Amino acid sequence: MAQATATRKPARRRINHSTVIMGLYLLFMILPIYWLVNMSLKSNSEILSTFSLWPEDLTFRNYRVILTDASWYMGYVNSLIYVLMNTVISITVALPAAYAFSRYTFMGDKHLFFWLLSNRMAPPAVFALPFFQLYSSIGLFDTHIAVALAHCLFNVPLAVWILEGFMRGVPKEIDETAYIDGYGFWRFFLRIFMPLIASGIGVAAFFAFMFSWVELLLSRTLTTVSAKPIAATMTRTVSASGLDWGVLAAAGVLTIVPGALVIYFVRNYIAKGFALGRV
Amino acid sequence: MDKTVNQKAWFLVLPVLVLVAFSAVIPLMTVVNYSVQDTFGDNVFFWAGLDWFREMLESERMWSALGRQAVFSFIILMIEVPLGVIVALQMPKKGFWASFALVVMALPLLIPWNVVGTIWQIFGRVDIGLLGYVLHSLGIDYNYTQGFFAAWITVIVMDVWHWTSLVALLAYAGLQSIPDAYYQAAKIDQASRWAVFRYIELPKMQGVLMIAILLRFMDSFMIYTEPFVVTGGGPGNSTTFLSIDLVKMALGQFDLGPAAAFSLMYFLVILLISWVFYTVMTNLDKRDGV
Amino acid sequence: MAKITLDNLAHSYMSNPRGDQDFALKKTTHVWDDGEAYALLGSSGCGKTTLLNIISGLLRPSQGRILFNETDVTYAPTAERNIAQVFQFPVVYDTMTVRDNLAFPLRNRGASSSYIAQRVQEIAKLIGLEDDLNRKARGLTADVKQKISLGRGLVREDVNAILFDEPLTVIDPQMKWELRTQLKSLHHELGHTMIYVTHDQTEALSFADRVVVMSEGQVVQIGTPEELFEAPAHTFVGFFIGSPGMNLLDAQVEGDKATIGATEIALPAGFGTPVGKVQIGVRPEYTRLAASGGLPVKVNRVEDVGRHKIVRAEYFGKAINLIVDEGTEIGTDMTQVVFDPAKVNVYVDDWRVQGEAA
Repeated sequence: MAQATATRKPARRRINHSTVIMGLYLLFMILPIYWLVNMSLKSNSEILSTFSLWPEDLTFRNYRVILTDASWYMGYVNSLIYVLMNTVISITVALPAAYAFSRYTFMGDKHLFFWLLSNRMAPPAVFALPFFQLYSSIGLFDTHIAVALAHCLFNVPLAVWILEGFMRGVPKEIDETAYIDGYGFWRFFLRIFMPLIASGIGVAAFFAFMFSWVELLLSRTLTTVSAKPIAATMTRTVSASGLDWGVLAAAGVLTIVPGALVIYFVRNYIAKGFALGRV
Repeated sequence: MDKTVNQKAWFLVLPVLVLVAFSAVIPLMTVVNYSVQDTFGDNVFFWAGLDWFREMLESERMWSALGRQAVFSFIILMIEVPLGVIVALQMPKKGFWASFALVVMALPLLIPWNVVGTIWQIFGRVDIGLLGYVLHSLGIDYNYTQGFFAAWITVIVMDVWHWTSLVALLAYAGLQSIPDAYYQAAKIDQASRWAVFRYIELPKMQGVLMIAILLRFMDSFMIYTEPFVVTGGGPGNSTTFLSIDLVKMALGQFDLGPAAAFSLMYFLVILLISWVFYTVMTNLDKRDGV
Repeated sequence: MAKITLDNLAHSYMSNPRGDQDFALKKTTHVWDDGEAYALLGSSGCGKTTLLNIISGLLRPSQGRILFNETDVTYAPTAERNIAQVFQFPVVYDTMTVRDNLAFPLRNRGASSSYIAQRVQEIAKLIGLEDDLNRKARGLTADVKQKISLGRGLVREDVNAILFDEPLTVIDPQMKWELRTQLKSLHHELGHTMIYVTHDQTEALSFADRVVVMSEGQVVQIGTPEELFEAPAHTFVGFFIGSPGMNLLDAQVEGDKATIGATEIALPAGFGTPVGKVQIGVRPEYTRLAASGGLPVKVNRVEDVGRHKIVRAEYFGKAINLIVDEGTEIGTDMTQVVFDPAKVNVYVDDWRVQGEAA
């Protein structure tokens, strides 16, 4: 090796190709969102008359419209209610099932597991009409629980799958030691086992939240007024009142906020979380 | 891990079973029921046998929707998987910029799908959207509601924007699980950058990439909301994918019989492909099992 | 092959280390001879891995230089240092066959294919994997994988040094002994400079020509296994090496006599009148129990470990261990410990002092 190269000091933070690629990609990610934010802070006349990269006449009117009108902001409340209901239900039923799949062999377990997963693969469009009829016939149409249950079809299998992955990583000896120490099943499960897979529960909850929050087809089909999600409110208002671009953009921005908050809080677990405990 | 045989485990699975059966089996039975009956309205149904299936199998409408769907899924997989891997490889490993990149990348994944559509609907408009405006001022004839190519490109770019990060984050998670010792060993062995990718990074990402491909395949095959908001399936039928067509048929035209037959075949195709994936994946798991 | 010089080397993981305690590796200057087998021995967190990473180029030291022969490699990237390294856990290329794994370092350096084939064959024979050459590395057990890693470390003949980072952790005990013996004979055969990091004294003492004992970021002694045993330079070495470790007792030293309480103990040489924290250290192997003429102690129990017995005793709360032959009878009246005068070491502030020739 050459003396000259061997003694050089390490170069500090120079621009290399990965910085460039990452920069371009992040720009690609941000630009459309930025544009939405930009529009939400303009008045309609400014949006339509001038083309500018930032609001020249900054206004919060669009946000005020949404936050003072119950038919708008109840949409957010409705969405949050059924999303939370769904997350809680999904995790609660998925936990024991995932434990069973990760620890025991029983008749038909593999078929059952695949059948469960296959529901995650079902196109929501296939279920839209039957769900509409099912929930109408049992009087749950236009309720939060209807949407929450409908989303369970997709979130429960996913939660079982994610949790099973995390549980497989917990050595079986822990269970056995606890039983020898005289713990009953539920006490062991709640006191010892759940804390061990806390990150798995977090990941499963994140995915349940994510799907339930972004899905629209089912939540729109199953609601009309009292449980209508914000996403549906947006589409209907647009078609009814002409094109109020500013309000539309502001509503869009407000639907991004909860997701952004969730991501911000879980940012340090995202990488591990996306591996679903299976790397 | 060897598991104990325990039939009582069924009790633990029971809640899931009841819940999923309630929301999957009953509706699915309804669909099957519709698929073999016909009606002239007034809730009077009569047996139609497999006529609807035959009709759908002969229907050019379904085949062309399936064809568009297949082309769309193929294109976005070909773009998103390699791009996601490339992005994952360039991501900072730790520190502020790593968190920043993670947050920005995860953002599109948590935006309601119709808002994703709205964002691109606005972004691509020639009069008020940045993308459309820029392309237009460059003299490019770009109009996603009129032009076939413009519509396709918009829908594809939107999907890439929306979902590439999922692939990237999964691949990144795979990369994070590689111990430093591997990179150190590769340096000592004087492995090229390509060899590091080929022999260290790719094998470690294999598992998560399979998951990524499976998820992306499934979700792209069921795509509905985003293109519906942007193009409404048009111009003409050029971006009418399977789900859009199905919803049109079932909720728009109330052609319950054909729609039900369509649904079942649609579901079966996805199930079949997913089953192949699932089998391949579990075999990989077994092979890796140490 | 190379001589390795550590020139005022020090490393801290903090960007602004304030005092000695912030350094993971305190200022170290040593020359390690070409072709010797060194073991870096110490408990976890003592800085041995930091030192190894500096040698391999994974870490840039905060101070000082490191030289291979006369070349300064302080800032040279790992690839340029021409070293081989075997890690604690198996690092193998899963998708390659065993053969390709072994050939990989040679191929990357453009060796001729006939040479590669011959060399891979030799190494495979050495690690006992001749029959598995065409198998994929994926799915092999951890100890076989670790053998592949060892093989990859040994495959190049022209390396400056081979570094082993606790390489036998995952290997079962029987195999451990066998591989260690093989490594040692290999070292004699090839004459590479080898550096072997471990926290296991048996491994270190049986493998190395010279053992580098580290404690709290400091090299406390470099010596042959015999030197470490007979004349530990630091109380840590005395205590860490040996089973049980050296007995250390506070004492007053004057000339060639040490006094503990009312007991006088003969020393092998004159030591003057040292000041500070003065201790004497005697290995349990060089003590015996007697009825009189030694230090009065309380015998707590006797452990029979097969080849010999370990007597656990105490002197005013301070533990003293003795190793006596299997056949020795221990009477109830034998309550005094007698030290072999030639084997008593004197420590001042934990460091061994050399006696004047008697």
